[in-house]
Amino acid sequence: MHRKRLPILPGAAGMLMAGALFGAAVMMPAWADERYPPVTDELTKKECGSCHMAFQPAFLPARSWAKIMDTLDDHFGEDASLPKEKVEHIKAYLMKNAADTRWRSKMMRGVRKDWTPLRITELPYWVHEHEEEVRPSAWKDPRVKSKANCKACHRLADRGIYDDDDYYEYRGYGLKRGGYRDDDDYKYRRGYRDDD
Amino acid sequence: MKKATLAIALAGSAMLLGGVASGTSTAALAGSPQEMLKRYAEEAKAAGIMPEGGFSAERGKALYLADHKGGKPATPSCTTCHMKDPTQPGRTRTGKLIKPMALSKTPDRYSDPEKVEKWFFRNCRSVLGRECTPLEKGDFITFMISQ
Repeated sequence: MHRKRLPILPGAAGMLMAGALFGAAVMMPAWADERYPPVTDELTKKECGSCHMAFQPAFLPARSWAKIMDTLDDHFGEDASLPKEKVEHIKAYLMKNAADTRWRSKMMRGVRKDWTPLRITELPYWVHEHEEEVRPSAWKDPRVKSKANCKACHRLADRGIYDDDDYYEYRGYGLKRGGYRDDDDYKYRRGYRDDD
Repeated sequence: MKKATLAIALAGSAMLLGGVASGTSTAALAGSPQEMLKRYAEEAKAAGIMPEGGFSAERGKALYLADHKGGKPATPSCTTCHMKDPTQPGRTRTGKLIKPMALSKTPDRYSDPEKVEKWFFRNCRSVLGRECTPLEKGDFITFMISQ
């Protein structure tokens, strides 16, 4: 098998292109890669969001969403039953936008085909991202209460923005303070607009 | 002045919602806690379980505070997530705030039949391991109206 090679660009143009690419790479903030499409389906937002934040469908593979939606009568120890037509609507939306429908999803790392994870917090990628950065006692903070409470630290989690690692430092959950005065200061300095 | 503006805004949005939504939601907008009680009283009478004195806030309070068996282990009581003092906001097991159950603190509660039935169905099964009777539902709402 021959792989197609990229044509080598002639001198000046090539240098210019390389320069532009390099510049873009340097200017790209390192934290801009933890973003997931927010939930756009209104019924999903409303029903899933009444007990916890409506998690983005790209966090679990389709088979996981199917199992979760088929076992709502025992949903992590609670009855979260819904009428059949609502179940089917939400299930279809979640499965259509699931992690394994995306190209090289980080959430799918280490998730074998014969495993149907039910908790986002047990995914190897989730564990990897949280085990070093978050000290264990932070999970017991009454403001956090549960690992399912993304918004305790990721304030913009319901918009699918999770690259705000330094926020919980400001909130006092981490080892050092991020130096933000308040939520507005945080948003302003990170460049988040309210209408994002 | 402000009140009047609010009333107009509310009426406007209600009309808008009513226009878009189907039958059940339109009925929901017209509902009130008293109408919920009337419905449960009728159901309780039909089932032959309505006591002489009608619904009781005391029984509702006992139901709300009791530790129950037969439900899911993680949710032995209403107060697993709601507060013992129903005028205080509760928290779900995942940390999300729940508005107070007391009608005085959350005036729009117990008015949308679909919503009320949805949560009684789920939470009675979670806490008691069975659906609540119309008498229990009526007692519960009577207690919350009194708070």
